[in-house]
Amino acid sequence: MKLTVNGVDHEIASAPLTPLLHVLRDELDVTSPKAGCQQGGCGTCTVLVDGEPRRSCLLAVAMVEGHEVTTVEGLTPAGGLSPLQRAFHELGGVQCGFCTPGMIVAAHALLANAGRAVEREEVIEALGGHYCRCTGYVKIVEAVQTASRSDGAAGQPALPASDTEEVRA
Amino acid sequence: MTTLRDVQVALPASPAEAVAAFGDGSGVTVIAGGTIAVPELNAGRLRPARAILLGRAGMDGITRTAGVVRIGAACPLAVLEAGVPDPLAAAAREVGDQEIRGQGTLGGNLCAPPADDVQRGDLRAPLIALAAQIRSAGAGGERTGPVEDFLSSASSRTRLLLEVEFEEPRWAGYASLHRAHAHHYTVLAVSAAETSAGLRIAVTGAGGAGVRLRAAEASGDPDDAVGDVEFADDALASAWYRRRMLPVLVARALATRTRSS
Repeated sequence: MKLTVNGVDHEIASAPLTPLLHVLRDELDVTSPKAGCQQGGCGTCTVLVDGEPRRSCLLAVAMVEGHEVTTVEGLTPAGGLSPLQRAFHELGGVQCGFCTPGMIVAAHALLANAGRAVEREEVIEALGGHYCRCTGYVKIVEAVQTASRSDGAAGQPALPASDTEEVRA
Repeated sequence: MTTLRDVQVALPASPAEAVAAFGDGSGVTVIAGGTIAVPELNAGRLRPARAILLGRAGMDGITRTAGVVRIGAACPLAVLEAGVPDPLAAAAREVGDQEIRGQGTLGGNLCAPPADDVQRGDLRAPLIALAAQIRSAGAGGERTGPVEDFLSSASSRTRLLLEVEFEEPRWAGYASLHRAHAHHYTVLAVSAAETSAGLRIAVTGAGGAGVRLRAAEASGDPDDAVGDVEFADDALASAWYRRRMLPVLVARALATRTRSS
């Protein structure tokens, strides 16, 4: 089986029915998708499949063969943060960080599809399947909305690498 | 112990290939969106001899021609939300969250076996209200029959669902109890539709998934709806509460009926 993850082609050795989540984490060492509930309830394993957010714990890897899989690793510019990540960082949208990769991926899809400033209700609808165990939803929604505004984080350059060390650790 | 590697996997590239791979269905688990089967496989609770993945079989389309709607078994719920008439679209919008609806399918919703602790099959009641027909394959070949027969017999577990078909309703109504958030299951939802089969009303979340309310259909009195249901307590609501809310929702579904385009 062949799988494209963050633009890189891989030959997959896992069994065809292995959840994509485990192929990413265990075989390809792509660890931003987290193994949370592993039954589709928490959203922490969400990745993009052809640009659409999907729970990687619910997809057998054979179902996505030939499709484009993107994780937070593939959405992060070299040496900095994307405007969306920067907004999460600056506005306190990250607490323990466990839900963050799924939130970022789902919010990225929302903003990419919308291409304009998004309303609070749209963010809530798009992130409705994602649990934040720290209950930090207010800041998360604020961050996504801010990133969607042209006068917000979206218009600013990525943070230099030195400022992002604590986020990446 | 058998592992995931022992399961023989088929990826049919057409409906005909899917039917051939399914055969008489013995030892087969059909996987469309994966929302139910994949976690079961991962946890080791499900180890079929064979698995058929429908993602490439071209069974996910919707056609609306000459007043008839046809929906492929592997059509995602997110596509139903905007692509089919109420009450089916209205019910699809209340399943899970956006990502789950992008992945879960009509066929999975109809064919998934009951879970221990949660209800499944929120799209059964709207299809009963729409007097839908089910086209399926399996032992004895292909056949088409009423959705109620498909659901109440072993067919939903032993046959391969190919397509769901129904008339564009003359009008449709839908009323449900508000879901607190995207992870909440639908507690109680009433679907109503009028087609050439007449007025039909059915309920999700009362006495199993998808019960037709024949007494209320006949009398038009929402209070008669309770006669067709065996109410049960579960983690979502008590039988007492469901019994009192059902006539309210039937009345709302009939009152909010709108002409479908």
